[in-house]
Amino acid sequence: MGQTLIEKIISKNVGHPVKAGDIVTVNVDYCMIDDIMVPFAVQKFEEMGFDKVWDPDKVVLIYDHFLPATQVDDSRHFRVGDEFARKYDIKNVHRTDGICHQLMTEAGYVKPGHIAFGTDSHTVTYGCVGAFSTGIGYTEMAGILGTGQLWVKVPETIKIEIDGTLPGNVTSKDIILKIIGDLTASGATYQSIEFTGSTVEAMSVASRMTMSNMAVEAGAKCGLFVPDDKTCDYCKIDYSDEVKELVPDNDASYSRIIRLRAEDMVPVMACPSLVDNIHPVSELAGIKVDQVFLGSCTNGRLEDLRTAATILKGKKVAPFVKLIVTPASRKIYREALADGTLEILSDAGAIITTPGCGLCCGRGGGILSDDEVVVATNNRNFLGRMGTSKVQIYLASPATAAATAVAGVITEA
Amino acid sequence: MGMTMAEKIIAAAAGVESTRAGDIETVTLDRLMSNDGTTHLTIDMYNNLKNPHIEDVSKLVWIIDHNIPADSPKTAASHKKMRNFAKEHGIKFYEGEGVCHQIMMENHVRPGELIFGADSHTCAYGALGAFGTGVGCTDYLYAMVTGTSWLLVPETIRFNLKGKLREGVYARDLILTIIGRISANGANYKAMEFVGEGMAGLSMADRISICNLCVEAGAKTALMEVDDVAMAYLKEHGREPKHIFKSDEDAVFSQVYDIDLSEINPIVAKPHFVDNIVDASECQDVKIDEAFLGSCNNGRIEDLRVGASVIKGKHVADGVRFLVVPASRAVYNQALKEGILDTFMEAGAMVMNPNCSVCWGACQGVIGEGETLISTGTRNFKGRAGHKDSFVYLASAATVTASAITGKITTADKVI
Amino acid sequence: MSDSFTAKIWVLGDDIDTDIILPTEYLAMKTVQDMKPYAFSPLRPELAEKIKPGDMIVAGKNFGCGSSREQAPEVVKALGVSCVVAKSYARIFFRNAINNGLLLIENQDLYDEVKEGDVATVTPGKSIEVNGKTYEIASLPDNLMDILNAGGLVQAMRKKNGLD
Repeated sequence: MGQTLIEKIISKNVGHPVKAGDIVTVNVDYCMIDDIMVPFAVQKFEEMGFDKVWDPDKVVLIYDHFLPATQVDDSRHFRVGDEFARKYDIKNVHRTDGICHQLMTEAGYVKPGHIAFGTDSHTVTYGCVGAFSTGIGYTEMAGILGTGQLWVKVPETIKIEIDGTLPGNVTSKDIILKIIGDLTASGATYQSIEFTGSTVEAMSVASRMTMSNMAVEAGAKCGLFVPDDKTCDYCKIDYSDEVKELVPDNDASYSRIIRLRAEDMVPVMACPSLVDNIHPVSELAGIKVDQVFLGSCTNGRLEDLRTAATILKGKKVAPFVKLIVTPASRKIYREALADGTLEILSDAGAIITTPGCGLCCGRGGGILSDDEVVVATNNRNFLGRMGTSKVQIYLASPATAAATAVAGVITEA
Repeated sequence: MGMTMAEKIIAAAAGVESTRAGDIETVTLDRLMSNDGTTHLTIDMYNNLKNPHIEDVSKLVWIIDHNIPADSPKTAASHKKMRNFAKEHGIKFYEGEGVCHQIMMENHVRPGELIFGADSHTCAYGALGAFGTGVGCTDYLYAMVTGTSWLLVPETIRFNLKGKLREGVYARDLILTIIGRISANGANYKAMEFVGEGMAGLSMADRISICNLCVEAGAKTALMEVDDVAMAYLKEHGREPKHIFKSDEDAVFSQVYDIDLSEINPIVAKPHFVDNIVDASECQDVKIDEAFLGSCNNGRIEDLRVGASVIKGKHVADGVRFLVVPASRAVYNQALKEGILDTFMEAGAMVMNPNCSVCWGACQGVIGEGETLISTGTRNFKGRAGHKDSFVYLASAATVTASAITGKITTADKVI
Repeated sequence: MSDSFTAKIWVLGDDIDTDIILPTEYLAMKTVQDMKPYAFSPLRPELAEKIKPGDMIVAGKNFGCGSSREQAPEVVKALGVSCVVAKSYARIFFRNAINNGLLLIENQDLYDEVKEGDVATVTPGKSIEVNGKTYEIASLPDNLMDILNAGGLVQAMRKKNGLD
C-alpha cells in the first residue's frame, strides 16, 4: 500500500515506513516559541531539570503577539526570552520582524520535508512548503527543547482535490473557508489534509499559506501541499530529487477524498462567531461595518496587500469606517513600501500599523466595542476575540475586505 | 501703555479695546479641539445638561489619536461614543490621521485665533501666532455650549533669541534648556513669547516643538510672531491669517531672557521631571530598552529626516525596540516618498501608524518594570510610559536615534 | 487512575474554544492562579467563581478548539475541575490536558442527557453514573497513560533527567 504525504514525511524523519495510526517519536527540525508562551516554556524547561538545549540552532524565538506592547507586563516576555537565548546560546531571535508563522518559512528556517513544532496553533502554516508542522503546548515545547523529540500519532489523511480556474474575485481564503464550512470546525480533527489539484498547483506559495494556516480551524493536525518548483524558489533551495520524493503515492489510503471545482466557488465569509459558519458574501451584502482588518499570518502578505490596493486605488475608505492594515512581516512591509502598495493604501485612508499579530490576537491593533461589526482577513472569529463578546466578527478574503472598506457595508469584490 | 501679543489676542476675542495681565475677560473662542483622552467624559456631561446645545459646531474639531488603533474594549467603547456623537452632530472628526496638535497645525490653526484644546499641549499653536491653551473637559463643555469662556489675561515672559543652533543641536535641546532654567512651574499662568533675530533660523517644526513643550514650564500659552516662515507654512496648507498680532514696543513683560542659541548643547531630561536636565554627555552610560521618535513634539518630517540621517546604513541594537511614529498621515506619506520609512524599517525600527503612541503611555510600546525609554515625547513623569517603576529620558530626535543604535544614551556625533 | 468520585455537573455547548476558556487578554498573567477569575468569561463571566473544586464540565463536540494556549487546560485544572466529559476534543487541547494531568473523557451521549446541577459518579476508565443511568467510558492509549501515571509531562521528564 502506498503512502500519503504525511506518512512519507514522517517515514523519512524516523527512518522507517510508518502508516496512519502508528505512534512514533520524531526528530524535530525546528521549534518555534512565540512571545506569549516564552516564560511558560522556560519555566517548564527548568522544572524538567534540563541543563542544555538540545540544539540551539534549531530553536527560534519570535516576539509578535505583544508588539507593540499594550500592557505593562508584556515586555517581561521579551526579557525572559532574551535571557533564555543568552543563557543557552540561541541566536535565532526575532524581536520586531513580524509574525512567527510568516518568518518561519520567509526567514529560511522550515523547508520541504521538515518536521516543526510551535507554541501556537497556526504552526500548521508551514504545510504550505510540504513540511509537517503543528501547534503544541508549552510543556511539550519544554520537552522538545531538552530532547529534540516528540511523540506523534501518524494521522489519517483527507485529500482535497481542487481543479479548474477560480473566478476573479475568489481567492484561496474563500476556498479554505468553504472547506471548513463543509468539514465543520472539528471535521478534520487528528487528521492531515492534503491539498491537490490544478487550482492549487497554479497558486502562489503565499496563497497556499492561507490554506495551510487555516487547516487547524477544521481541527486538522496539518494541511499539506506537495512542494514544487515554486516552493523551492520561495525556500531558496534546488528542486532536487529529494524534494521530488515528497509526493503522495497514487495508491495511498485516504480517510476521505473531497473533490471541488474552482469554477463553482464564490466569495464567502465566516459569520459570527464560528469559523465554520460559512455564507456567500452575496447573501450578506449590505451589512454595515465599523472596521476592516487586513493582516495576520493568514492574509497579511504582499499579494494580499496588493489585492486590496488594486481595489482601493484612487478611492477612500468609507466615512467613519476604519481600515487597519498590518503587514505580516518587516520584509513584506518593505516590499509594499517599495512597490507603492502602502502609498496607495495610505492615500485611501488606511491605518497602517507595524508588522505583528495585531488585531488577530486581540491584544491591540483595533479592538472593538459592543455591537460593532468587523470584517477581518485573519483566521478566527471566536466570541470575544477582538473585544467584547458582543463584537460581530466576519472573516473574509483581502478582496472582500477591501471592497467592504470602500463601501462601508459588506460587499462582494 | 502697549500690549503684549497675548493681551492683544484676548482683547480681540473679548471685543475690547485693550486688556492687561491680571484682567479677567469673557472671550469668544475661534476653535475647540478635543481628543480621545477625555472627550467621552465631555459627552457624558453634555448628555446630563438640561438644555444640551452646541453654539457653533463649525468650531469643533474632534480627533482620535491617543489610543489608535484601540487596545482594549474600554478604549473602543469611548471611541465609539465619540465617533457616534461627532457623526450625529456633524463635528469635524479625525480618527487615526495623526496626533491632534499636528492635525490642528496642518489643517486648522490660523494666526490671531484663540483656541481651547482639551489637551495640555495645545500651546503648540503659538508657533502660528495663535493663542492655544489646554483646558479640562468642564471648561471645554462650557465653551462648546456657549461658544465663550473666561480667561485670566496672563503675564508674558519674553525670550529674546539670537544666534543660531550649532550643528547637532535642536529646538528640543533649546526648549529643554529653557525649562531647566526657569523650572517646571517657572511660567505658571504665564505666556511664553519667543522673538528676536534667532527666530529666523528656526523652521516651523522647530517652532512647534518649542511652543508645544512650554506647558512643561507651566505656561498657559506660548506665542511667536508670524513671519515669512509662518506665512509660507500657512500658504502651503492653504490658509490665511485671521489677524497678525505683535507685542508693542512698550508692552510690559514680567521677565525677559536673552538666549544665545549658539550656546545650547544637546540636552537630556532625566526621570522623572522635564526640568531635570543635564548635558546629554553626562548620561552616556545609561542603558536603554526602548527608544521613541515621534509625538506632537518631534514626530514631524524634519525630525524623521534627522533620525533617518543618523541611522542610515546602521542597525538598531539587539534587544532595543525603536518606535518611529510619524505625527500625521501627511508626515507618514512624505516620509514614505522620501524613502525615510524604508530607512527606518531596514535599520530594524518599528514604524507605526500616526498616533500618540508611548508618549501617552498606553496602546503602543508600553514599557515594563525597571525598563528605560529614551523619548522625543513630551513628558518623563514617573510611570508615564508604562510600569510605575520605569524610567523615561527625554531628548532630541538625533540623540534618541543614536541611542537606539548603541543601546545606551548616546549623542549623534558619537555614531556618525 | 484514581477511584470513583462524585462531581457536580456544569454544562457548556459545542465548540467551546480556547478564547472562551481563557481570552488572550489574560494569557500573560504571571501565574495560572491569577488567570482563574477570567476562565470562560466571554461566554459565562460568572462561571469561574461558581465552579467548586471537584466539579466537572460536560460539553458537546470539539471542546478546546482553537489555539495551542496551554493556559486553557491549566486554568480549568486550577479551578479544581475533576474532569471534562465532551463528545470530542480538539487535538492540541487534548495533548495539553494530558500533559497537565487534567482528565478528559469522551462520551457521545452524556451531553444530551444531563443538565447543569446534576451529580455524577465517575469511575475513570470505566463508567459514569448519573440520574440512574450508566455510561461506559473508554480508557486512554498506553503512551498517554504513561504520562498521566507519571503525573504529567514535567514529572516524566524530571524522571528521565534523574531528578525524582
